[in-house]
Amino acid sequence: MNNLQWLETRVDKLRAVLQNGFPPLEKEGQGGFAGGCFRQVWAANTSPSIPLFLRGMSNVGRESTVSRPASCLGLCFILVLALPANVLAHSAGGEALGFFSGLAHPISGLDHVLAMVAVGLWGAQLGAPALWILPVTFPMVMAFGGMLGLMGVQLPGIEVCIALSAVALGLMVLREAQPNLLAAAFLVGFFAIFHGHAHGTELPQGANGMLYSIGFVIATGTLHAAGIAIGLVHRWPAGRLALRAAGALVSIAGVVFLWRAIA
Amino acid sequence: MSFRPVLLLLVVLAFPGRAEAHLINTGFGPFYDGLMHLFVTPEDLLQVIALALLAGLRGPVVGRTVLFALPASWLFGSIAGLLLAAQLALPAASAVMAIVLGALVAADKRLRFDIIISITIAAGFVNGALNGMELARTGSGTLFVLGVATSVFVALALLAGQTASLRAMWARTTARVAGSWIAASGLFMLGWALRAT
Repeated sequence: MNNLQWLETRVDKLRAVLQNGFPPLEKEGQGGFAGGCFRQVWAANTSPSIPLFLRGMSNVGRESTVSRPASCLGLCFILVLALPANVLAHSAGGEALGFFSGLAHPISGLDHVLAMVAVGLWGAQLGAPALWILPVTFPMVMAFGGMLGLMGVQLPGIEVCIALSAVALGLMVLREAQPNLLAAAFLVGFFAIFHGHAHGTELPQGANGMLYSIGFVIATGTLHAAGIAIGLVHRWPAGRLALRAAGALVSIAGVVFLWRAIA
Repeated sequence: MSFRPVLLLLVVLAFPGRAEAHLINTGFGPFYDGLMHLFVTPEDLLQVIALALLAGLRGPVVGRTVLFALPASWLFGSIAGLLLAAQLALPAASAVMAIVLGALVAADKRLRFDIIISITIAAGFVNGALNGMELARTGSGTLFVLGVATSVFVALALLAGQTASLRAMWARTTARVAGSWIAASGLFMLGWALRAT
C-alpha cells in the first residue's frame, strides 16, 4: 500500500466514523492509540478528564487494570510534563523561585523547625495572650535579625545561639514555665534575632528577594501555628504530659545541635 | 500503521520550548494590565492588605471611608506621578509603609478616625505617585492607573468587608497576626532595599 492509498483508507474510515460512530472492537487493543483515545472521547461525548489521565499514569507498564486509552493518555501526559520548558512568567524574573525558596527555607533545618514549633507549644501552655503574642513576636524580631544580616551587621555565635534556642525553649515547655509575658516575649525575641540573621541573607541566585521574604515569614508563622495546634492537647492531663515530653525531646535535640556547633 | 508515533510527534511539536508570558501584559489593553498590576506587585499588595485589615478592624464606618479614600488618593497620586514624570525611586518607602501599617494592625491600635484617613491618603498618594512615575517612563497612560485604582477598590472592598464582619476573638487575633507578618515582611523588604543602595 503506497502513501496515497493509505491516506485514502484513513479518510474513508474517518468519514464512516463521522457518519455511523465507532464500530465495536473485535479484540482488545484494536484501533491503535489514537483510535482508542478518540473512542474514549466519543463514548463519553466529552474530553478526557484529569482523573482519567491520572488513572492512566498510575497504570503505565502494568497489565490492563484500566482501559488502554486511559493508559495512553497518561503516558502522553507524562511526556508533556517531562518536556523541559524555559518558562519566563514575568519580566522581573525569579518570583516563583523566590517565594518557594523562602517558604522552604525555615523547614530546611531541623534546629529551626524545632525552635519554632517549641514557641507555639510554649504559647499554648501559657494560654492567651501569650498564645498569640509569642508567635507574633518571633517573626517580627526574626525579620529584624534578617534585616541586620542584609545590612551587613555581624552577630557572634549564631549557630550556638540557634542551638541554645532549642535547648531553652524545650526546657520552658518541659517545665511548663510561667514567666511574666514580657520575659517570655524577650526570651523568644532574643533567639529570633539569630534565626533571622542566619537565614535572612540566604537568597538563591536569581530569586526575588521580596517574595523570598514573604514566603519565609509565612513558613515561620505556619510552624508556630503547627506548634499551637499540637499544644492544644494541653487541656487534657495526658496531653500535658505529652507536651512536656515533646519539650524534653526538643531540648535534647538542642543539646545535640549545640554539641555540633561547638565541636 | 499506528497513529501513536504521529500523535506523540504532534504533542511534542505543539509544546512550546520557551514561553514568555508576561503577567502584567494581559493582552486585553492598559486597563486590564492595570487591574493585574496590583496582584503581581507584592510591595503594593501588602500595603493594601494592611490598610484593609486596619480599616476593617476599626469597623464599617472607617472601612467605608477608607474604601473610597485609598483608591481615590492612589488615582490622584498616579496622575500626579504621570504628569511629573520625575526620576524618583524610593525603594525603602514601600517597606517602611508596610512596617508601619503592619505594626498598627498587629497592635490593634484604636487610632482616631482622622488619623486613619490621613494615613490612608498618604499611603495611597505616595504609592500612586511612585506607580505613576514608573509608568511615565514606560509610556503607559491613564487607563492603566484607572485599572490599578479599580483593583485597589475591589481588593479593599473584599478584605475590609470580611474583616469588619469578624466578631470572634480568635478571628480578630488572626487578622492581627497577619498584620505582624506584613510588618515582618516589610522589615525584610527594608533590608533588601538598604542592601541594594
